[in-house]
Amino acid sequence: MQNKLDFFAGRVIAGRMSRREFMGRAAALGLTAAAANGLMTKAVYAAGPQKGGTIKVGVNGSGSADSLDPALSANQGQTMVTRLWGEPLLEQAADGGVEPRLAESYSSSPDAKAWTFKIRSGVTFSNGKTMTAEDVLATMERHSGEDTKSGALGIMRGIQSMRVEGDKFIIELEQPNADLPFLMTDYHLLIQPNGGKDDPTAAVGTGPYILKSVEPGVRFVGEKNPNYWDDSQGHAETIELIIINDDTARVAALQSGQVHMINRVPPRTAGLVARASGIEVRSKSGPGHYVFIAHVDTEPFSNPDVMMALKYGMNRQEMVDKILFGYGTVGNDIPVNGAYPLFTPLPQREYDPDKAAFHWKKSGYDGSVLLRTSDNSFPGAPDAAALYQQSLNAAGIPLEVKREPNDGYWSEVWNKQPFCTSYWSGRPVQDQMYSTAYLSTADWNDTRFKNEKFDQLLISARAELDLAKRKQMYADMGMILHNEGGLICPMFNDFIDATTDKVAGWGESKGFALMNFYAPIKMWVTA
Amino acid sequence: MGPALKLVAQRVALGLLLLFLVSALIFAGTQILPGDVAQSILGQSATPEALANLRRDLGLNEPAITRYFDWLVGALQGDLGTALTNGQDIAKSIGGRMKNTLFLAFWAAVIAVPLAIFLGLLAVRFRDRWPDKLISAVTLASISIPEFLIGYVIMYVVGVKLRWFPSVAMINDSMSLGEKLSSIAMPVMVLTLVVLAHMMRMTRAAILNVMQSAYIETAELKGLNRFQVICRHAFPNSIAPIVNVVMLNLAYLVVGVVVIEVVFTYPGMGQYLVDHVSKRDVPVVQACGLIFAAVYIGLNMVADIVSILSNPRLRHPK
Repeated sequence: MQNKLDFFAGRVIAGRMSRREFMGRAAALGLTAAAANGLMTKAVYAAGPQKGGTIKVGVNGSGSADSLDPALSANQGQTMVTRLWGEPLLEQAADGGVEPRLAESYSSSPDAKAWTFKIRSGVTFSNGKTMTAEDVLATMERHSGEDTKSGALGIMRGIQSMRVEGDKFIIELEQPNADLPFLMTDYHLLIQPNGGKDDPTAAVGTGPYILKSVEPGVRFVGEKNPNYWDDSQGHAETIELIIINDDTARVAALQSGQVHMINRVPPRTAGLVARASGIEVRSKSGPGHYVFIAHVDTEPFSNPDVMMALKYGMNRQEMVDKILFGYGTVGNDIPVNGAYPLFTPLPQREYDPDKAAFHWKKSGYDGSVLLRTSDNSFPGAPDAAALYQQSLNAAGIPLEVKREPNDGYWSEVWNKQPFCTSYWSGRPVQDQMYSTAYLSTADWNDTRFKNEKFDQLLISARAELDLAKRKQMYADMGMILHNEGGLICPMFNDFIDATTDKVAGWGESKGFALMNFYAPIKMWVTA
Repeated sequence: MGPALKLVAQRVALGLLLLFLVSALIFAGTQILPGDVAQSILGQSATPEALANLRRDLGLNEPAITRYFDWLVGALQGDLGTALTNGQDIAKSIGGRMKNTLFLAFWAAVIAVPLAIFLGLLAVRFRDRWPDKLISAVTLASISIPEFLIGYVIMYVVGVKLRWFPSVAMINDSMSLGEKLSSIAMPVMVLTLVVLAHMMRMTRAAILNVMQSAYIETAELKGLNRFQVICRHAFPNSIAPIVNVVMLNLAYLVVGVVVIEVVFTYPGMGQYLVDHVSKRDVPVVQACGLIFAAVYIGLNMVADIVSILSNPRLRHPK
């Protein structure tokens, strides 16, 4: 029977038998539909990637005001489009490390202050020019210069000098940083001819696709770059990104077969979507987290007992169940989780109304606490605020919830008001997450957390090339933040994507949704 | 100059003045909104340096009044400028979007207007009998249900279950007319349902009003059948209110379909405007606002003029 099935599966792949017919014949041989489907999938993978065809993606999170300049990438759609035509030096690997892209290899000086990247030879831009180390230098200059407007500026600070030696690109840092390779995976830092200084929005790069149609907020079409250097990806002939911001419309487009994959399946309906035949919902735990952030330099949050009461009053499991519908994991009042390399789990803080009430009384504060929230701080934030109000109420702590408009939330409320709901999409490494928002001098220190010991640990961990020691340092930092920080982190959300059975090749990944946005490039159309 | 021509000239001048006021209002409105375009572009990843650099590059450091008059001078010369957010030429981007919006509005109108008027006539013909009640009930129900819900229901039934038409109404230049029509079939259905009731009810009411007149009785006494009376005598005399409501609904089809555009992912003006308002991209918002205002003012002007021309007493004032 096995032989017969293998034969049939082979015929389906060769396009001589329909999938439906295969399922029918498998059933005739006594197989359940699920088993037959699994067998089919196995056969598809064994046959390897198929070349050609069109992959259509329904993308949430993009608008008609989007620019093609990678320096201004700020949403999912923009990032996915730039991935089609451009590439970084390095990329995050599925195992939590980094893998070479335009840099063939890299090395550092023993003190982690000087980093050398060997640039891949024989790679051409889509305008025909050969990519050189000079282009890499120019790109990094554009993102780090005094007058840059790049979103990557935050991570490009602390560079003392950059230079080119033959096919090597060398960065000298002011302070050691063992994580520099991870910073080079940033989605803004795509190599452009002459760094994109001449025309940043030209969308000319070394990527697997060349943009043929650009309609911001509507649709992007990329066609295979015939000179692309890496055979292991870029299987489809054409990739079409269709911007569908409306949740219901995006799911309907997938169900009706108009697109092959979508991002951001709403957690509320993910279970229902998964039940449809021919659709696979793929959730992956990521570094993104929903947070309640308090300024610890402002009354009453500067009182450690108030902060502790607020932390014990948070029912984290309830949040995961009711806000994420189970598509997520509980947080522990630190901004990192198992998605990060070198992570050590801390003892889990549980919901404890008695302890919360104890700390609340001890604090001597008897006013109420005002929490600001809006729908776009994270999906379901107002509901989460209402749940929090109830769980705090059980401990006798009065919480007032003020709903703010979505419009202007990031400029007027977040990082300005003392207590609000917010969202962090996370970073590839712990150092970057902590340096972005928890270092005393960080631009986005949205909890106003200033702790000398924490800062020292963070700086010395950057220079520490011994992984075991670094891991311990991060665990110590996590503990400080867990106990003294203004961050209340109830949950880490999963990325929930969905694909149809017309495409194959889904794999493990770190980073963002849809295989770190590489799914259209790494997957292929099945026969 | 005939009185009609003079009237048109007056209306056009008034319309231009209105447009100017609208542009000032829109500009003031976008200034009041919290945050600016630089903050919206950089979002959560904004650093003070990057913000300052972006503001300088976009010319946001100029005083608001200077920016408004710079824009006005350009607009008067037909130059709408470039979008602050992505540097694309506004006239070109709007042109494409406008074409799509008009395409959708046109086909919705081609179906909805004759259908509404016909149903209105039918309702009068069978007044207070079951066809009248059925038409009223169905159209009132369809206008009472929020349009996005009708959209979702139609999308689920027609798009996902029956798979007659695509659920995403994408159109682009490489498609044939037939493909485009199939693509917009579902939004057209929803829009038709939404505007039908208003026009149909108005037609019915206006004709019924005229039907009370003495000359209708005369026509009936002459022996004309009821449908002839309605079409030949009642309808021409109730044209003014009908045209008014038809024009209002046409204007709605052009400027008020944001929700439908979002639900069906249709690349029209509404979606384009909303995206740029949320990014505080003032030149684009101005341009869209002006076009929308011009459509409204223009269609209302047409309604006024038609109602005057259709009324002999207004056409030949004493």
